[in-house]
Formats: sequence, C-alpha cells, structure tokens
Amino acid sequence: MKKPINTAHEKNRSLTRRALVLGGMQAAVIGVLNWRMRDLQVTQSSEFRLLAEENRIRDRLIEPERGLIFDRNGIALAQNNPNYRIVMIREQAENAPLVLAELARIIDLPPEKREAIYNEMRKRAPFVPVAVAEQLSWEDFARVSANAPSLPGIITEVGLNRFYPMKEDYSHIIGYVGPVSEYDLERFKNPDPVLQIPGFQTGKTGVERELEDLLRGVAGSKRVEINAVGRVMRELGRNNGKKGADIQLTLDHDLQNYAQYRMQGESAAAVVMDVHSGDVRALASTPGFDPNQFIFGIEADYWNGLIEDEYRPLADKTISGAYPPGSTVKMVTALAALEEGLVDPKEEIYCRGFIDLGNRRFHCWKRGGHGNMDLTNGLKQSCDVYYYEISQRVGIEKMALMARRFGFGAKPPLPLPSLSSGLVPNMQWKFDRYNERWQVGDTLNAAIGQGFVLASPTQLAVMTARLASGRMVQPRIIQRIDGVAEPVEQAPSLQLKPENLDLMRLGMFRVSNETRGTAYSSRIDEPSMAMAGKTGTAQVKGISLAEREAGLADKEDVPWRFRDHALFVGFAPYDNPRYSISVVIEHGGSGSKAAAPVARDIMLRALYGTTPPIEAYPRNLWSEIREQQAQEPPPNPRAAPADGSDRA
Amino acid sequence: MSFMEQSRNQAPRGWRKILYINWPLVLLVIAVSSFGFLMLYSVAGGELDRWARPQMTRFAAGLVIMFVVAFIPLSFWRQVSPLAYVFGLVLLVVVMFFGSRGMGAQRWIDLGFIQLQPSEVMKIALVMVLALYYDWLEPKKVSRPLYVLLPLLMIAVPAMMVVVQPDLGTGILLVLSGGVVMFLAGVSYWYFGAALSLAIGAVVAVMLSRGTGWQLLNNYQYRRIDVFLDPSLDPLGAGYHITQSKIALGSGGLSGRGFMEGTQSRLNFLPEKQTDFIFTTMAEEFGYIGTTILLILYTLIMIFAISAALKNKNRFGALLIGGIAATFFFYFALNMAMVMGLAPVVGVPLPLVSYGGSAMMVLLGAFGLIQSAHIHRPR
Repeated sequence: MKKPINTAHEKNRSLTRRALVLGGMQAAVIGVLNWRMRDLQVTQSSEFRLLAEENRIRDRLIEPERGLIFDRNGIALAQNNPNYRIVMIREQAENAPLVLAELARIIDLPPEKREAIYNEMRKRAPFVPVAVAEQLSWEDFARVSANAPSLPGIITEVGLNRFYPMKEDYSHIIGYVGPVSEYDLERFKNPDPVLQIPGFQTGKTGVERELEDLLRGVAGSKRVEINAVGRVMRELGRNNGKKGADIQLTLDHDLQNYAQYRMQGESAAAVVMDVHSGDVRALASTPGFDPNQFIFGIEADYWNGLIEDEYRPLADKTISGAYPPGSTVKMVTALAALEEGLVDPKEEIYCRGFIDLGNRRFHCWKRGGHGNMDLTNGLKQSCDVYYYEISQRVGIEKMALMARRFGFGAKPPLPLPSLSSGLVPNMQWKFDRYNERWQVGDTLNAAIGQGFVLASPTQLAVMTARLASGRMVQPRIIQRIDGVAEPVEQAPSLQLKPENLDLMRLGMFRVSNETRGTAYSSRIDEPSMAMAGKTGTAQVKGISLAEREAGLADKEDVPWRFRDHALFVGFAPYDNPRYSISVVIEHGGSGSKAAAPVARDIMLRALYGTTPPIEAYPRNLWSEIREQQAQEPPPNPRAAPADGSDRA
Repeated sequence: MSFMEQSRNQAPRGWRKILYINWPLVLLVIAVSSFGFLMLYSVAGGELDRWARPQMTRFAAGLVIMFVVAFIPLSFWRQVSPLAYVFGLVLLVVVMFFGSRGMGAQRWIDLGFIQLQPSEVMKIALVMVLALYYDWLEPKKVSRPLYVLLPLLMIAVPAMMVVVQPDLGTGILLVLSGGVVMFLAGVSYWYFGAALSLAIGAVVAVMLSRGTGWQLLNNYQYRRIDVFLDPSLDPLGAGYHITQSKIALGSGGLSGRGFMEGTQSRLNFLPEKQTDFIFTTMAEEFGYIGTTILLILYTLIMIFAISAALKNKNRFGALLIGGIAATFFFYFALNMAMVMGLAPVVGVPLPLVSYGGSAMMVLLGAFGLIQSAHIHRPR
C-alpha cells in the first residue's frame, strides 16, 4: 500500500471507462448481429424457405403404363413386358467415357455403341438420363446393379417394354412403338413432358400411333428429397398418374391369324366385316413384318429386307392399297341404271364378245361372247358387254354418285394412318386432273372397274356389306376403350329400292352357286351358309391390249408385276347376311381362280368360328381341302386373356 | 508488490475456492456447450457417436482443466505468462516445418491423443503476456511510442506466423485480441485512430495490389473477398458456402423447423456443417428465437466477464479477463457475421458449439484463467 492511492484509483477508473466503451461497442455489434438474424430469419424468411425447398425437392416423372390392346375375345395383341435397362446421368459420372468403358467390362457394349451413347449424352443437358442398354438379361442386370458403386452415374431400372405376341398378324393394324424422335416432338402440338423420359416410347404406326393419346395415359410424378449431389434421400409424395386406356379391337384373332396364314406367300389383302355393325373381324395384309423388331430401333438388314421386298410388307394393303376394282363394281353400275329406271331386269342384251365405239373396240372378257344376257345373268357370268351397254345409258355422273353412296372415293373412318380414299372419277375430275374432256370410253371402263377407278380392299368390303344390309354401314375396329363399349348405332338406310338390292343379291348368289357362275367352283355347299359374291380381274396398267393379244395373256409367261390383280367380294349367309368379305391378291391372275377360294376359306372360318366341317365344301374338293386343312398349323400361340372374361 | 501479498492474504484457500468461483459464468458456459451437443447430435442425423459424444467427452475433460486452472493462484499464471508466450511462438515455428496439413493450411501438430493447434494456444498466451506487460508498465507511460511499439511487435510476430500458415481468420483474431488488451490498458485513442486508418489503407493497398507483381494476398483470398461482396458471382463454387448458409438460416423462420427437422445441413447442402457452419443448422432448426437465445447466452457471458473484470482491482487480472472475454467475443461475433454474410468466410468456429477438440480445451482453459483471476482477486 505504498503506492499513491490517487494513481491506483485513476488507473482503475481509466480501465473501467475503457471496459465500458469496449462493452458498448460489443453491444452495438451484438445488436447488428441480432438485426441481421431478424432480417434473414423473419423478414426474408419466406423467400429463403422457398429457396430451401428448391434446394432439396425435385419432381420426377413416373412413366405411365401404356394401355394394352386386345382382340374382341380378350386375347392380348399388345402387352407390356418388364424391361431391364440401364441409364446414365452424365453429371453424376465424373468421366463418362471411363465409366462406359468400365461398364463394357461387365456387359457387352462395343466401342462404337459407347461413342454413340456419349454423343447422345453430350447433346442433352448433363442431368438428363440417357439410355445405355435395354432389355438386358436378368444376369447382366444383376451384375451391373452389384457393381453400381464403382459405376458413378449408372442407374439400373426396370421399365416396361411393349411386346406384340402375335408378331406378323397385326403388324399393320396395331403398328408398333418406338423411341420418341425429334420429329415426334414436333408432331405433337403440346408435347407431354413424359416424352422426355429416356427411352419413352410412342406409337409410330397403326393404332399405336392413331390412338396414342388414349394409350399413353397420364404421367405421374413423385416428389423426392435429394441431397447436394442429387442422390434421392426419400420420397415425399407420389402421384401415380393414370395408366393408358386398354383398347379392345373388333378383330377376331382366330380369323385374323387364319387370314394372314391363308394368304401367306402372296401379296394380298383380305377384309372381313360384320354387315350390320360394321365391326371389322379381320384386316389381313400379307406379307407382314414383326413389329417387335422396331421397338428398340430396327436392324439394317431386316429393314433393307422389308423395303426391298416387291411384295411391300410395310404397306397395309387393306387400307392404303388402291386397286382397280374390276368387275366387283358391276353391282354399283347396275344399281345406278336400275334406280334410274334405265334398264329392265328382264331385258336381254346381246353379247357378241365386244362392242365398237367410234373407232375403238371394247372387248368382253369372253372373246366368243355370252349371247343374250339379262341383269342377273350378266352379273353371274360377269359379262362386260352388258355393262358397257347400260353404262352408256346412265352416264358417268350417276355412276359416280352411286359409287360414293357405297363408300368409294372417301376415306373410311378408321383410326389408322395412310388411309386411301380410292378414286371415283367423273367429268369434272378428269378435266381438273388431265385438262381433258370425258370420253364415253372412260364411262365404259369405269363400268367394269377399270380405267381411273380405284378402291381399297376395305372399301370393297364396305360396299359388299352395304349391298347385303341395305344400310350405310361404316367400318370400325375399336370395340371398347377401357372396358366401355363404343356405341353402335344402326346405320341409316341406303335409300335404294329393296327390289333392286334383292336383284343384286340374287345376281351375286348366282355367281357363286350356279354352274357357269364365275365363282361356282368356290361355292359353299352348306345351304344355311351359302355365300353370294362377285369376282373381279383387274388389268394392271402398263399392259396393252396389243400385248395381251400377242399372246402374253398366258399368266405363267407374264412377269409377276404385270399379271392381273385377282379380286373377290362376297357376303354370307345369303339368307341372313352376317359377314362381308373382300379379297385382293396382287397380280394373282383371275378373281375366280385366285381370289374366290381364299375368300371362301376365310368366310367359312368366320362363319364357323373354327376349322369348318368338310361338308361345307363341294364334294369334288373334299380330298384337296382335307389335305389343305391337315397342313394348317395350330393357331398362333395364344396369350391368356389379361384379366378374366369380362373383356370378351 | 505489496498488493500481491494483500491479495494472497485475502484470497480463499483450498477447497473453499469452489465457493468463490463465478458460478453464473460456469453455468452459462455449460448451457452454450449443451446447445452445441444438441446441434452436433442433430447434424449427425441423430447419431450420438459421430460428433456429439466425442465433443461431450472433451468438454468434460475441458471442465476439469478449467477447474484446475481456476484453483491455481493467479500469481502463478502471471509468472508463467512470458513462458506461455514463448512456448506459443515455438509451437508456431514447429508447425511451420512439421505441422500436418488440413484444409489447405498447415495448422496442426499431431500429439497423438489430440491435434494441437498452436494458434489457439497463442491467442490466450498473447492476452496473458500483454496483460503482464501492462501490469508491469506504469500507466502514465502506456502511450509513449516506445512502449506502444513493444506490444505491437508482440502481437505482430505471432499474427504474421499465423497468417502465412495461411490462416487469415486467426491472424485477425490475434490482432483484435491484442488490440483490446492495449485498449483496456489505456493506450491513447490516437493510436487506435491511426491503426484504423492504417487498416483502411491496408485494405485499399491489398485491393490495388491485385494482379500486380507485389500482390499481397493469395488468389483464393481475393476470390473469397469478391464472393463475399457478391455471392451470386459463383453460387456453386466459392459463393456456395455463403449462399447455402443464408438459405439454411433464412429458411428457419421465426421458430424454426424443429429439432432434427432441418433439411439443408442434413442433406449436405452446407459445408463444414459440424464446425464453422453449425450456427446455420441451429438457425434452421430453432429459428430466430433459437439464435436469439444463443446470442443472449453469449451476451450474458460477456456481461458476467466484463463485470468480473470491472470488479477486479488487480490490473493483471482485470486485463486478463477483459482480453479473454474480448477474444471470446470476436470468435462468436465473427463466426455469426460470416455465416450471415456480413463478413468474408475466414474460418472461425463458433466458440463452445463447433466441433473441435483443441479449440474447446483451450477455450475452457481460458475460462479457467478468468475464474482464477476472479477467485484470487484482491478484496
């Protein structure tokens, strides 16, 4: 206590003062800190809360399951099989080519494929998953999954993959799906985000394409919480979306399968239709192709084989083929004349094998002539001269109107792509098209379905159905959508005199059931199933009459592509029509020899629903038919109906 | 030295010392640390063994150290102050040549059972030696240039050694803590005015030197400054820390998402979530209310420490308490300012809360010194 008290006191006062100043400054700093806390946590809180949600929450799309396609009996025609696949996300793989090289040691992945995948990844945003391999075997899939830790960015997943169990049978009707292309994205007006899912498949042709909106369903989404490197930590919520609608077609698989089989080896088309409802029972076009080959991108060899085949397997001949219908349109010509009262059914016209018009001679198919022909006899023997005569009385305009009434010249209302509308010529059309006046000769050609007239096999089946039912039946191939039956209304009447229609039916009956009828040899011998029909033999453009007369007419000598098209239309049973049929065999020769037997076999199959009894055939054909039936393979392996009988 | 005799006479002896401990300060330290355990448990996703349990073990050891230091007479600590300072300098030299590298800086000495960070030791040793210096110096001489130069050197030498490690944050802390002791000792305001002007001048020089041959800081330090000024410059790179930290903080709102409910830190959006950025987790889970409570706890520690300094008539004791309290203050204020985007990211832990062994031990030892000064104060 030797030190002066003043100094010690002064010293402590100074320290106290300084400590209080310091404390004050610290209090100010603490105040600023608290103000900042308040600013961030209270004032701007909602903004940061939003940013935090964005930080951790991602919405991921869930691929909807594509709707299935069934035949009328519930047999699956397009189904979804599990697909073990691998996708890769570039931003998660530090060195994508290295990871791909690593992956190639586990599964088969040639360098050029790796390069293609890498290029694809670089084209897209770094976080977009890109398909690396599809349809792996379970073993490969398991191996990749087990090695996942050493393959950053590689994700294994189980997807669904379209499968067409009936292969060639429905290649044209159902079509196929394939990966979404740039073209597809442009095609859809409002592209669904689900299309961006890697490997997502969309309909490319056929019903798959035309009913895409129904089949695709609605994408679901799952809300996941991710961490800073994008790994999914947990699922916060899920909306499963909506499965695509199941489509049930009016087609009958047994019949379709049989028709495809019956016409194999030919370039041909056959259409079977219910004459009342318009339900299409078979829509067969040969040759077909295996739509499964298209799903993951077709192999070049298979593709080249398809496009180089002169039988045109890719074309659906039933709807897009446009053929000169030949004599199968004679009913339309006759009805045009009958309705106008320009011909009496009893009136006989003499056929001497040709008629002369100015300096041109128009031949009947029968060089020697048919002699006297009345209406139904003219149909039965398909006398061309008879129709040359009556068509001159009616004129092309009336004939064209009648043809349109039977469905020619307009696209049938089917959900299928590349529908042909055929062609119904008239004076105006020719003037517009060729800037030429209509000639009487053009009328004569049109009367027998030659010249400008074109029709698709579907249109021919519709025409026959309308003749049989007397109503404006429209074809349809969709029976139910998601279990809900598509409404069928009774078609409006054709507004034709019943006695005239009866005459046509009678004529067609005589074609198939009387000696000298052009389809007599292909008749059905069971009276309750009797078929009424009409043959047609259509000349192919490019073969001149001169060549024909020079002896090239003999079928075997003519190159395939110059031979006549063989056609047949018919309905059965005659007494109580149920089905109409049209058959076109490209370059098959004559309708009575090539098309009529095929039509008979398919029609019998439709009528009996199974292999018809031998008694339905004329006795002289029994041995031949027995042999034919014995060679018939069992039906295409049938998938079990997907869920019970309610679809049937 | 008669006041020393007096203090020794009046100071409590033996186990009775326990009654003279500044208990509110001890309880506040325990409260803040417990807050830390909760947060370490939470950021580990409910895993006790990851960070919380080791931290608790070290805290227990640290408490023992604190009481041992507190019971040792202040005169002892006064006498060892120069030794502690020299020891700290030696450690800094050692770490320069033999230290382990961590996070791009050479800061640690691995002693086997603990990773010793010499700069931590130095922070306290510097305060001790400066307190001793001003206790020795006659008060009327404190503002004489020669007597100002000496403490400046005592601060500058370790600060430079820490900065070259490089650990700018701790270097700044050393300068600030030393400055506070000088301030409390009564060094003229003119010097502080001059120092402030110098600091501003230095900042200008640092910014101007950028890209020239005599560039004063490393490029990464410039980048931190840039990004501090505008985090959106590099939201996924250098600005990532600040941006994510602010998002986590702000998303807590008033009352927070609830304990263990924080998303940002658990999902690893936050870097160093268990050390420098643990405050953001607390902010996210307990909201503005939680962060304010923590701030109040820290403020209470400051209030009790400063009042202990004011009550202490021993100049060494008062300066020691004031200096340590200020160091503690700079720690939490800088850390909070950093995670809230008010200061550049310089790597300062949140005292008593952030995961880390040596910092915790040293800090509790420093609180032991405060207690020792408090117990052994002249009455």
